Amino acid sequence: MNPIALILFFPLLGFAVNGILGSKLPKNVASWLGTLMVLMSFIVTLGYLNQIASDVENSIKWNAYTFLNIDGLLFKASFALDRLSIWMTLIITGIGTLIHLYSISYMDHDKNPAKFFAYLNFFIFNMLLLVLGSNFLMMFFGWEGVGLCSYLLIGFWYQNPSYGHAARKAFVMNRIGDLGLLLGMFLIIKNYGSLEYADVLPAIAQGNGGTVLLTSIGILLFIGAMGKSAQIPLFTWLPDAMAGPTPVSALIHAATMVTAGIYLVIRCQALYSLAPMAQELILWIGLATAFIGALIGLRQNDIKKVLAYSTVSQLGFMFVALGVGAYTTALFHVTTHAFFKALLFLGAGSVIHGVHERQDISVMGGLKSKMPITYVTFLIGTLAISGFPLLSGFFSKDEILANVFHHNIFAYIVLVFSALLTATYMFRLLFLTFHGTFRGSDYSLSDVHESNWKMTVPLIVLAVLSVFGGLLNLPHYIMHSGGLLSNWLNPTFLIFENPIHAEMSTEIVLISIAIGVFLFGLIYSRNQYITKGLHPESPQSGMGNVLKNKFYFDEFYDKAIVKPIEFLGDILFSLFDTLLLYGATFSVHPILRFVGQLNRKIQNGNIEYYLIYMVGAIALLLGLNLLLA
Amino acid sequence: MELLIIAPLVLALVSALGSKWNKWLSVAFSLVGFALIAINSNSVYRAINEKNAFFNIVDMPWLGETIHFSLGLDGITFVLLLLTNILIPVIVLSLNSDKSPAMIPLILFMQAGLNGVFMAQDGILFYLFWELAMIPIYFITLIYSERDSFATTIRFFVYTFVGSLAMLASLIYLGSKSVNGSFAYNDLYNVQLGLRESIWVGAGFLLAFAVKIPLFPFHVWQPNTYTYAPAQGSMLLSGIMLKMGLYGLLRWYFPMASESIDFYQPIIMTLAVIGVIYGAIIAMRQDDMKRLIAYSSLSHVGLIAAGLFALNSSGFMGGILQMFVHGVNVVGLFIAVHIIERNYGSRSLNELGGIAKNNKAFSILFFLVLIGTVAAPLTNGFPGEFLLLKSLFDYSTTYAIFAGLTIILCAVYMLRMFQFSMLGEETQGTQNKHIPMIELLPLFILAFFVISIGFFPQWYMDIFQNSTKGLLNIISNAKGVLS
Amino acid sequence: MLSIFHSLEISHYIYLSTVLFSIGLFGVLFRRNAIILLMCIELMLNAVNLLLAAFTEYMGDKQANGQMFVFFIMVVAAAEAAVGLAIIVMVYRNTRKTDVSFLDQLKDS
Repeated sequence: MNPIALILFFPLLGFAVNGILGSKLPKNVASWLGTLMVLMSFIVTLGYLNQIASDVENSIKWNAYTFLNIDGLLFKASFALDRLSIWMTLIITGIGTLIHLYSISYMDHDKNPAKFFAYLNFFIFNMLLLVLGSNFLMMFFGWEGVGLCSYLLIGFWYQNPSYGHAARKAFVMNRIGDLGLLLGMFLIIKNYGSLEYADVLPAIAQGNGGTVLLTSIGILLFIGAMGKSAQIPLFTWLPDAMAGPTPVSALIHAATMVTAGIYLVIRCQALYSLAPMAQELILWIGLATAFIGALIGLRQNDIKKVLAYSTVSQLGFMFVALGVGAYTTALFHVTTHAFFKALLFLGAGSVIHGVHERQDISVMGGLKSKMPITYVTFLIGTLAISGFPLLSGFFSKDEILANVFHHNIFAYIVLVFSALLTATYMFRLLFLTFHGTFRGSDYSLSDVHESNWKMTVPLIVLAVLSVFGGLLNLPHYIMHSGGLLSNWLNPTFLIFENPIHAEMSTEIVLISIAIGVFLFGLIYSRNQYITKGLHPESPQSGMGNVLKNKFYFDEFYDKAIVKPIEFLGDILFSLFDTLLLYGATFSVHPILRFVGQLNRKIQNGNIEYYLIYMVGAIALLLGLNLLLA
Repeated sequence: MELLIIAPLVLALVSALGSKWNKWLSVAFSLVGFALIAINSNSVYRAINEKNAFFNIVDMPWLGETIHFSLGLDGITFVLLLLTNILIPVIVLSLNSDKSPAMIPLILFMQAGLNGVFMAQDGILFYLFWELAMIPIYFITLIYSERDSFATTIRFFVYTFVGSLAMLASLIYLGSKSVNGSFAYNDLYNVQLGLRESIWVGAGFLLAFAVKIPLFPFHVWQPNTYTYAPAQGSMLLSGIMLKMGLYGLLRWYFPMASESIDFYQPIIMTLAVIGVIYGAIIAMRQDDMKRLIAYSSLSHVGLIAAGLFALNSSGFMGGILQMFVHGVNVVGLFIAVHIIERNYGSRSLNELGGIAKNNKAFSILFFLVLIGTVAAPLTNGFPGEFLLLKSLFDYSTTYAIFAGLTIILCAVYMLRMFQFSMLGEETQGTQNKHIPMIELLPLFILAFFVISIGFFPQWYMDIFQNSTKGLLNIISNAKGVLS
Repeated sequence: MLSIFHSLEISHYIYLSTVLFSIGLFGVLFRRNAIILLMCIELMLNAVNLLLAAFTEYMGDKQANGQMFVFFIMVVAAAEAAVGLAIIVMVYRNTRKTDVSFLDQLKDS
């Protein structure tokens, strides 16, 4: 059996078994089965790592069947395990396994964990489809599939209408992006006659296609990425998506699915390298998202919402990297972000569990004594994301900043400021949750408990990864031969990526700035929330309110888009369709009726009249005949 | 294969005479059509490989020398026969109340008419079957409509009938021009028309088909009829009868009046794309589930019509596949609504909610059909919609963008419907009621098609690939003659 | 025999039958009594008969086709009178009237 088939098969099997037998399986069996299936995929992938590593050209291919064949235009269900996709596969299945393991305990109290694990497995399957597909169509399948799973999982507790609303919002906003992606694919088919990466991308790299075409394709594909990776203006679904169970937030809305957009752009590296306008767009959209996401994160009090906006902001960082052509760096940040953000979300889940399903940080505080493991791991996550030297986030973020610095100084300043905000809101979250005094009113600190091993083991593993994740791609000033990831990925790029080797002195300045930013965030937050002991609900200034209300994006969309369309729907239905169209068409009916009424007068049933009509008509005909003759 | 017409008629008679209504017997009766197709696999196989035109089954003089009783078969016809003879048993299966004794004979009668429409190879015969299929649906809506039955039915009937008469006029005109006044398909097709003539003849066909499909703004009969007709009537109308219009477009309008295609193409495309968005926007605001589905259907068939009019192979292939798929999905949705209404006494989204809690199997099946309609990948809606949008894109980017909005809007209204009926808290009306498993049987059958087409569309496309290619050749040749 | 017929101009026959036909026609149109209607119809038929017989003679048609028509018409007229009178009798029994203007019950309201 082809290894790719095997990798895809296990999660699908888990989905099928849990989905069909579901409620008949004992809870434990169902959850462990789901976890095991993802682990199996991980192991299989690991087993083929060597083969991929040995030679760049040596990717594993699997041509399953022909999905569609329109006059020789083939749409194949074909897959490839190459250096990029195996990297993503390892992240997906690796972190996926940890999160599954975590979920066993997290979902223990739920009525229906089998359903949860079925969805989760199906998500993994679709995500693997997305990264393993060797053409745009399979990628799109996975792309929509993960959107669907996201819908199902956000609305997992379907009895709450607002969760259902959040789920629909996520699905619909993703679909807006999908339309862009779809149109991009059509443009590719029209100009390159295929959707296979192996046909399209080399053709682009060889210079087939003008700038306008490449830019259009690039922008259309990026619209898809904007939807999936929650970029401005399509980002508002992601914070709402926190309605789902926390492991879902960790897996889908932090580590894997939302990075699909970055994967797409990296996959189309040849395209974007030749479409500078599209790249520029990516840079500025990413920058705006990084900045605004971080700003909003400053004033959120829901532990998961803070992390959600942090994710939005970090995704913006990744797009900034893509926008300046640093594809490897973006993937590096995807990787480290997957580690520390999954860690933070799982830590948040552990906290939520510990304080009995509360999410508002204004009723937490001082939890570190009760939840030591969660605290330490959460601290590591916070340090990593804020850029504590030598942790994973430090390296990846620093690389992005260095790249941007060489590209555009204004963008660099904004990004540094965003990084500063990142450190600030993360420490604010950490201090408000774990330090200071306990602020709960309807429960006591003694009720708080540490989670069991199934939840803490993933935390510890992820914490270790967050600490040492930087080793995956050490900067050239430490490792002159280049980082692991750049050496791994660079040979696969069709258009050579020019690594930036800054002067040592510049490098030192940049690193100092990064460390300064980190220290500022730490000290400022400590000053505000520990020393001054500011309550998170304390009165806000004007700007604070704007931030708290997320710049009124939702309200704006509601007023500017949703309401008008709904209004249009009502008007079209009641006025145009029912009254005008239906009315006009069937107003023929009263007219006919009126004519009929007139006719009725003639047909009065009296035989004399009929005879007169008859004779009159005959006379008329005869007369006419005479006249005409 | 001519038994496909005779057998349902005989069975309709038998079941009309039978005094007692028996569910399984009537299901067996309705399955006869499918069985006949299965038995005749030999001619089916030939039909699939038929490249040029029909593969003839029967051809004998009927009304005088000029009008023949002639039936034919090819891949496209076969797909639609398959659709008809699969959906009719499913629809009969979904009918499990003995309050409607006349329903079974009428449905079987209709089956004969529908099979005839798809196989007819003679202009007058086509018209005859076309009207024959209308008679039973007239009675079904008249007798069993829930309200305003006479007003709704007569409007629906007269409105569609006006269109049909226009088609008859076109057919007679073509017949008068053909060799020996013959109405045979090939003779009609060989008639050379001038541009003006062709536009008039085309108008006759298009009016009939646009009303039947229905295309915006000829859909006025549709929402009320779908809403007030009995569930089975709505299924027959939307699942199968609507395909008569699309099939007519494909098989009769394009080859017969090919000279007028260039004239009508932009008009129909625009109307169809407007219909796509119009239907979707209205569907977003409906409370009555059946009305919602009616408008969504308007939106979906608009896309099919637009794809067919793009006149390229992906449009045709996608369109034909989507005809099948739309039949499956829309019938599935109506069945789901029917089940909900029967068990909970309402189909208003305001009054429903929380049905999923006690009915897992039902909610999964409903969701599957629904997500097929939304055209998620790996469900049946995707390949067709993908190809249709692609064909539109090849025709004009603008049209593709506007029509593409359907993938967003469809998600909005379908998920809204699912949310307010199945999810959320239970309402007073929906508490603690379980839907019996037996009622889900038709949905299981449809679910099979949702998944199998979703994964392996090419299996189904192989059926009509050759014939479609042949048909496209005929059309482009005919167009080429003039230009 | 022949000379007797021929002593009259064809126009005289035409005038006579026109007068007879008109009397019948106006009787049908303006009288209401069903029996008189029937009689007037007979009158019209006979006017036509007269004309047919006259034309046959003047045209010298040896086959006497016109005369054949006359017989047909007489038979039909007899049958019609029989059926018509029967109807009138039935109507009279039910309504005690033979006035046709009352026979408008097939009309909707």
